Amino acid sequence: MMQDKITNVLIVGVGGQGTLLTSRIIAQVAVQMGYDVKVSEIHGMAQRGGSVVSQVRYGTKIYSPIIKKGDADIILGFEKIETARWLDYLKPDGMVIINNERVNPLPVMSGKAKYPDNIHEKIAAILPQTVIVNATEIATDIGNVKAANVALVGLLSAAVGIPAEEVEKAITDIVPRKALEVNLQAFREGRNRYRMAG
Amino acid sequence: MKQLMIGNEAIARGAFEAGATVATAYPGTPSTEIVTNFADFEGVYAQWAPNEKVAMEVGAGASIGGARTLVAMKHVGINVAADPLYTFAYTGVNGGMVIISADDPGMHSSQNEQDNRGYGRFAKLLVIEPSDSQEALDFTRQAFDLSEQFDTPVMLRITTRLAHSQTMVEKGEPQTPVLKEYKKNAPKYVMLPGYARGRHVEVEKHFEALREYVETSPLNRIEWGDRKIGIITSGIPYQYVKEVMGDISVLKLGIVNPLPRKMIEEFAAGVERLIIVEELEPVIEEQVRSWGIKVEGKERFTLLGEYSPEYLEQQLKGAVPPVGFGLEKEIPARPPLLCAGCPHRGVFHTLRRMKLKVAGDIGCYTLGALSPLEGMDTCICMGASIGTAMGLEKARGEEFAAKTVAVIGDSTFVHSGITPLIDVVYNQGTSTVMILDNDTTAMTGHQDHPATGVNIRKQPTNKLDIEALVRAIGVKNVRVVDPLKLDELETALKEELARREPSVIIAKRPCVLLEKVVVTNPIMVDPELCTGCKSCIRVGCTGISFNDEEKKAEINAGCIACGLCEQVCTFDAIKPVEV
Repeated sequence: MMQDKITNVLIVGVGGQGTLLTSRIIAQVAVQMGYDVKVSEIHGMAQRGGSVVSQVRYGTKIYSPIIKKGDADIILGFEKIETARWLDYLKPDGMVIINNERVNPLPVMSGKAKYPDNIHEKIAAILPQTVIVNATEIATDIGNVKAANVALVGLLSAAVGIPAEEVEKAITDIVPRKALEVNLQAFREGRNRYRMAG
Repeated sequence: MKQLMIGNEAIARGAFEAGATVATAYPGTPSTEIVTNFADFEGVYAQWAPNEKVAMEVGAGASIGGARTLVAMKHVGINVAADPLYTFAYTGVNGGMVIISADDPGMHSSQNEQDNRGYGRFAKLLVIEPSDSQEALDFTRQAFDLSEQFDTPVMLRITTRLAHSQTMVEKGEPQTPVLKEYKKNAPKYVMLPGYARGRHVEVEKHFEALREYVETSPLNRIEWGDRKIGIITSGIPYQYVKEVMGDISVLKLGIVNPLPRKMIEEFAAGVERLIIVEELEPVIEEQVRSWGIKVEGKERFTLLGEYSPEYLEQQLKGAVPPVGFGLEKEIPARPPLLCAGCPHRGVFHTLRRMKLKVAGDIGCYTLGALSPLEGMDTCICMGASIGTAMGLEKARGEEFAAKTVAVIGDSTFVHSGITPLIDVVYNQGTSTVMILDNDTTAMTGHQDHPATGVNIRKQPTNKLDIEALVRAIGVKNVRVVDPLKLDELETALKEELARREPSVIIAKRPCVLLEKVVVTNPIMVDPELCTGCKSCIRVGCTGISFNDEEKKAEINAGCIACGLCEQVCTFDAIKPVEV
């Protein structure tokens, strides 16, 4: 089921939130499905609690490893203001999945700046295709808070239309065996939430 | 079967497939993963060198010894290694040698964005530039053959975007390593003036042969399309050109030094407009102009930073940037910062409190320059802190030196802090030097170094004793303190700064990320005692934040109970959670 269309996925968050694992799972699935795939990450200084972004592109032929501003089909935001920060990369009719998680940046913690109120709702008001989810809650209910990013993979994979079996195969390859069952559950619950939101 | 690989992993694979058996490097973003990946192969030798100059020299020796050798570093590392590099270009190789220069346009993780293609022109090196991970593997492999064929070290120049992008790679069959015969050959390898003059003749001969070779090399290719516009490009910008320009003509250079003049002339003659797309310096453009060819280049494109597909679309097609959604105005910045519980925080908090001048250096602790710690006056390059402090003293006198400290990490001290410390002792400076010893090279992702006692393969090895080394240099006043014990730290600084002779304070505590921290003694803010003075907030830790509604500080989930804010609080409001 090859399609000519290129899919551009931007995954944003805060250094340490696990965006890298998520982009790797999505990229691995795209490889399994026979697409040309490129992934761009930034290592080093930016990882020290800074704003981080992973870019995944797949289709029949990909040139640039980075997504053009205004060309992302979907933004998966692990954190609310990071989602807003990168929003200009989205296509006008693109989709946003926002994890309802707030991580205060230093200027907010030190009282020098204000964390904007209801930023996720402002995004939803501008973009009809916005899904707000609390992945931490999903993961906590299942019994392992660390599975939050895999729950987000569930939502993301449903949003871009990747079959669940393909993702489960990739998760099975990537996630350590003892954490596998929890992660698969988190993934399925994420898929579920997307369906409910849709 | 094809698989995803970052550029750095593909380079390591290419070197392995080419039969390289020695690899040496000093860690530096974006080059670090090259040699860590190479170290995972069986039957090869890989090492962290103390710095890039040593890496280059070990590489030169291994090549002269007959092995195919890989040397990797970030762009500024080439500066450190430039001395052996320029002369190794004269001696030439025995086993092929490939030097990776990982440039950082946009300075994602660097102190400058120099364009190392310039080294190729200066040192008469063959410089190869891949555009994706498959080319990174293939070109690295071919670079070893070319190095031996033309008797020259080859520079593979990459950028951050190639180093850290994953693209599809088809692995090849590794060839069996060949250790070439070692023969004493003083006129080739002993660079006395008399012999070096002879080698310079050889360098020019080889370079002429390379000029011929590049005209027909498969690494350079013309992709004819619509001939109204022809673009000459290389590296990652090639991908951006292909992304946004559709069916135009492209001359893709896989070799950026020397340039294929005839091929470029043919291409120029075949298109109506000739445009050169290259990040940073007009290296290709200036040469093409010098041949009398009409070309558009840097009058259209910036010399600054990293390009992007939308930037090229705007500059080449007049595209209008997307208007966006207008939310960015209310988004607070999220600068990188020291981790919760980081031992460096105690140091910078104290330096700021004591209002000291700080000559800084390169590492995680450079983040101590940012708000709210703002505890750094200078930071130039690896190892510069101690020499800079000495220069400040010689310019402004001992009174100034009594209020100045040099701050340098353990890995950076071993890299290039030892000789400037010798200078302080020899030339009778009175500097106080703080070595922030966190037992790792933290910023680049926790690589070992000579003072950790562990090698690149995580095996135990001889451990450099920094304290004994500093004493042997002739520093009489050496003490070791815990950077999270603020009283101890402040006393040490006061006493050592008062001395009219050199001192070294080793602030010793492992990086918090080295081992998983289990918090056994959690702390809390007592709201009854907290006055909302924010002195704890000014240590800039993610483990504590200010609740604007309650006007009180509060401990976050990220806290590892390092005790720093407890010591800072003058109202005893921060204390252990009562069980």
